Amino acid sequence: MGLEQFMNEAISPWLKEDGPDSDIVMSSRVRLARNFDQSPFPLIAEEEHLESILSFMEKGFNHRTFQQYKELEFVQMSELKSVEKQVLVEKHLISPHLADKSTRGAALISKNEQVSIMVNEEDHIRAQLYFPGFQLEKALEEAFQLDDWLEEKIDYAFDENRGYLTSCPTNVGTGLRASVMMHLPALSITRKINRMIPAINQLGLVVRGIYGEGSEALGNIFQISNQITLGRSETDIIEDLKGVVEKLIEHERHARTLLMDQSELELEDRVFRSYGVLQHSRIIESKETAKCLSDVRLGIDLGFIEYISKSILNELVVLTQPAFLQQYAKKMLTPNERDVFRASLIRERFTLEQREEY
Amino acid sequence: MECQECKENKATVHFAQVINGDKTEIHVCQKCAKEKGYVSPDEDAYSLHHLLSGLFNPNPSALHQPTEQEKEEREIQCDKCGMTYHQFARVGKFGCAMCYQTFAEHLNPLFRKVHSGNTVHEGKVPKRIGTDIYQRKMVRDLKLQLQQAIADEAFEDAAKIRDQIKSLENNLNQHGEGEA
Repeated sequence: MGLEQFMNEAISPWLKEDGPDSDIVMSSRVRLARNFDQSPFPLIAEEEHLESILSFMEKGFNHRTFQQYKELEFVQMSELKSVEKQVLVEKHLISPHLADKSTRGAALISKNEQVSIMVNEEDHIRAQLYFPGFQLEKALEEAFQLDDWLEEKIDYAFDENRGYLTSCPTNVGTGLRASVMMHLPALSITRKINRMIPAINQLGLVVRGIYGEGSEALGNIFQISNQITLGRSETDIIEDLKGVVEKLIEHERHARTLLMDQSELELEDRVFRSYGVLQHSRIIESKETAKCLSDVRLGIDLGFIEYISKSILNELVVLTQPAFLQQYAKKMLTPNERDVFRASLIRERFTLEQREEY
Repeated sequence: MECQECKENKATVHFAQVINGDKTEIHVCQKCAKEKGYVSPDEDAYSLHHLLSGLFNPNPSALHQPTEQEKEEREIQCDKCGMTYHQFARVGKFGCAMCYQTFAEHLNPLFRKVHSGNTVHEGKVPKRIGTDIYQRKMVRDLKLQLQQAIADEAFEDAAKIRDQIKSLENNLNQHGEGEA
């Protein structure tokens, strides 16, 4: 059951719920990197070590339930097709590293896909927890409980001075990476974001686009995360990040108001052009899709478009990614075929949405 | 914007490197970015992990001949996983938990660079295996206070602190026996 759902549903169940400030903050994530005390780290470990960690994790945690996170499903990378692994990456349930590099990798994924514990990634354990909207503190609180729950069975590599020991020096100490996914269309349209990123970097935080690729943020979606993990407590790290995200929300809202005051018609035009493209195109690339989805989402937030649910956009962001498209089409597609299939899928999805209205 | 390395192609890889607040902006083309090792072909372009290896070598010039001392340092090897310091400096990743002790004396400068001056963990301690760690930390702190008290000739305080240390150490010993 589990794996099938992970593969077929574009939108993770938890992402269907609305969180605080969800017009701007799409999701909050907390990830903790941990290692077994007595075993070499995955990058240099022998197969037998990795195997023993895999079977330890499978025996200890497969089908177990942690609080409201039901039935962790143990998914082994070696048993997945490459397109299936890619789907999990596109849904942010596993990292590209786990999908591509790790031969003895696995992930324990909760039924609602809110918890994902990667095994034998760069570290033995990378436990992550997602929350919809802006809920960093809640995410940290539950990540701590998840960590304690894992620690009941696992002897962690921990040093009094260095904290949790990790494969990479950039994670040592708390092993914490906290991040938020933000939709910042108004700051992008007005180009204010370019001036803000360097300032955010100065504070030890990192800004990147969700699809990776250099500094370009497709679909105006940005990920903000902490870089420093040593010498600051988890709570302080979260507080810093939270402070910056609050400022960004404030600036984005302000920029939206300014845009509405100064060029409402141009904005409305932009929104409906993009809406038209999504509803009617026959061939569409992922880049254009991301741009149009961003405009339509902004249109919904500003009240130009009233009859589309916000979650359809979260869904389409994932659904229109290369691997998910192919999973949906149930066959391999060339890039050109993908653009055609993507266009028809989006048209279908919008038609469905409108029919539900009547 | 043209590439700052070859001055021929358009710069398509842009990033800022911030180390302890000193910011350097780097604008290069894809080709130079790969050649200079800013990006590896199939990975995230501006992950700090890839910039890390440069931090280990203060003088990365090819002309730089390693001194005898540097050669010795390179050969320090972790008993547990076999990783040498040279390998660690090249890949930028530890091999196992023991490496942190093996390379201990070289780590502070590195951690300072990566974690904006910090070298010591503040934050969560594992619940189960951490109890002893808390108590040991307290013993260490108390021993420092004891020395200070003796130096200040505050013998009454010193006696109190000594008793506290004793009781903590007894606790720790009993705990140890209980586990064995």
